[in-house]
Amino acid sequence: MRREIRRSLPGLACLLLAGCGGWQSAMDAHGTSAASLKQLIILIVVVCSVVWMLVMIALIRALSRERAPRTAPVDVDAERVRRMSVFISAAVAATVIVISGFTVTSFFATRRLSVAGPDDLTVKVSGLQWWWNVQYFGATPAENFQTANEIHIPVGRNVRFQLEGDDVIHSFWVPSLAGKQDLIPGRPNELSVRAERAGIYRGQCAEFCGMQHAHMAFFVIAEPQADFDRWAEMQRQPAAQPADSEAAAGQQAFLSKPCAACHSVRGTAATGTSGPDLTHVGSRKTIAAGLFDTTRGSLAAWIADPQTLKPGNNMPMVTLSRDELLSVSAYLASLK
Amino acid sequence: MRFVLLLACIVMLSGCEREERQLRLDPPVADALNKIRLMPIGIAGAPPEIYFALHRPYEANAYNLNQGKRLYAWFGCSSCHADGQGGTGPSFLDGWWLYGPEMVSIFASIRDGRPHGMPAFRDKMTADQIWQLAGYVQTIGAYSARTAAPSRNDDKQTRPAENRAPAAILFDQGPSPVHADQGPTP
Repeated sequence: MRREIRRSLPGLACLLLAGCGGWQSAMDAHGTSAASLKQLIILIVVVCSVVWMLVMIALIRALSRERAPRTAPVDVDAERVRRMSVFISAAVAATVIVISGFTVTSFFATRRLSVAGPDDLTVKVSGLQWWWNVQYFGATPAENFQTANEIHIPVGRNVRFQLEGDDVIHSFWVPSLAGKQDLIPGRPNELSVRAERAGIYRGQCAEFCGMQHAHMAFFVIAEPQADFDRWAEMQRQPAAQPADSEAAAGQQAFLSKPCAACHSVRGTAATGTSGPDLTHVGSRKTIAAGLFDTTRGSLAAWIADPQTLKPGNNMPMVTLSRDELLSVSAYLASLK
Repeated sequence: MRFVLLLACIVMLSGCEREERQLRLDPPVADALNKIRLMPIGIAGAPPEIYFALHRPYEANAYNLNQGKRLYAWFGCSSCHADGQGGTGPSFLDGWWLYGPEMVSIFASIRDGRPHGMPAFRDKMTADQIWQLAGYVQTIGAYSARTAAPSRNDDKQTRPAENRAPAAILFDQGPSPVHADQGPTP
């Protein structure tokens, strides 16, 4: 039995280490600031482990050593006292050196977090209960566009996120790219991010913000500049016109029902601003802040009963007939 | 003595129950809530039976009042009614309800609109949302304080808080009433 446990230990260690990889892990750093944070984490963990082991060795030795035969209390062994004071002074000096070393390195590591160099792109991210509103700014106001829960950035460029909470405090955290930054109502915060490698990185609200805090995820998609430009150009376009009669019926239902009072679809009469912009909802990876992959089925399920899927969110259950539900979901899925 | 202490503990513990939040209405319930019976003149009437079966959830439930406060901002009520003081639209603070202070009247005003500019929100909000908003609007100019109140504003208060019955003072007959011709106190 013991042997089995011993044999399974390396496997268990590998399993635990596997948690360090993946699309949402500070140990799998793909951004400039995440890399310097990772170095800091490793340095502190290694040094603390060494210190812990030394302390444990000293403790075990002290516990296991045979006590010297008792002498009279006034009988001072000068040599022993000298050794003890040297040892204790060395331990105090080592503590001071280690802690000052940590202070200095973490100071320089955090200073490196604000990426040096000019910003190539500014993105405004607002945190709401419980989704992320993302605004991109073009050269003219006509080139601005909005999306939700999905942020595209070019690889190897400095991107500045302007962060602000719209209702309560949220926190913007993409562990593979950068550290956390809070989104506070009435106080704009900024975070510089530079993705070193292309990929899809998952982010998550890191400040408890209410019932559905756990379902407040987003994705950062880092892609080469050419792909990013193509994506931005596509997002700038108004929504696609319905291609078939079903989508057209869906658009009609969307505009005449309460949907249009909260959601925008650019190029139509829907100009609500309280909910996510749905102009290109079909092109996003997920809906409802990472709750489901975007498919026609998941869209229909979400519209039919949002309060069962994500209790407490601000999307009401709108009464739609069977045909309306089918056509609205077809229309939204077609908004690529 | 010990029995009394135990009883006191049980009574106190019973107060720990949290206010219930009705996050999802079954579609038949939501439909039924829409079926108010209004007087022919469009003022006052009776809410549907289900309203009482649910224990008048939109008047005494802090969560619903708070949702109403959010909807007040979301649906742009303040563009005409300001923060309750009124503007192009009537004030809610002065305690003079053009169509009466009953929940059904307020519900009908929001859902179906009223002459002289109040738009209908029938196609913009669900029945549940309209009830929530009506409950909130009623508290802005309440005659009597409630135990439940929406959360306070983040920014400066521009008027008395909703749970302070701001309209009560307007109907205080006192030595010098605010409205000389007010009639009987509601």
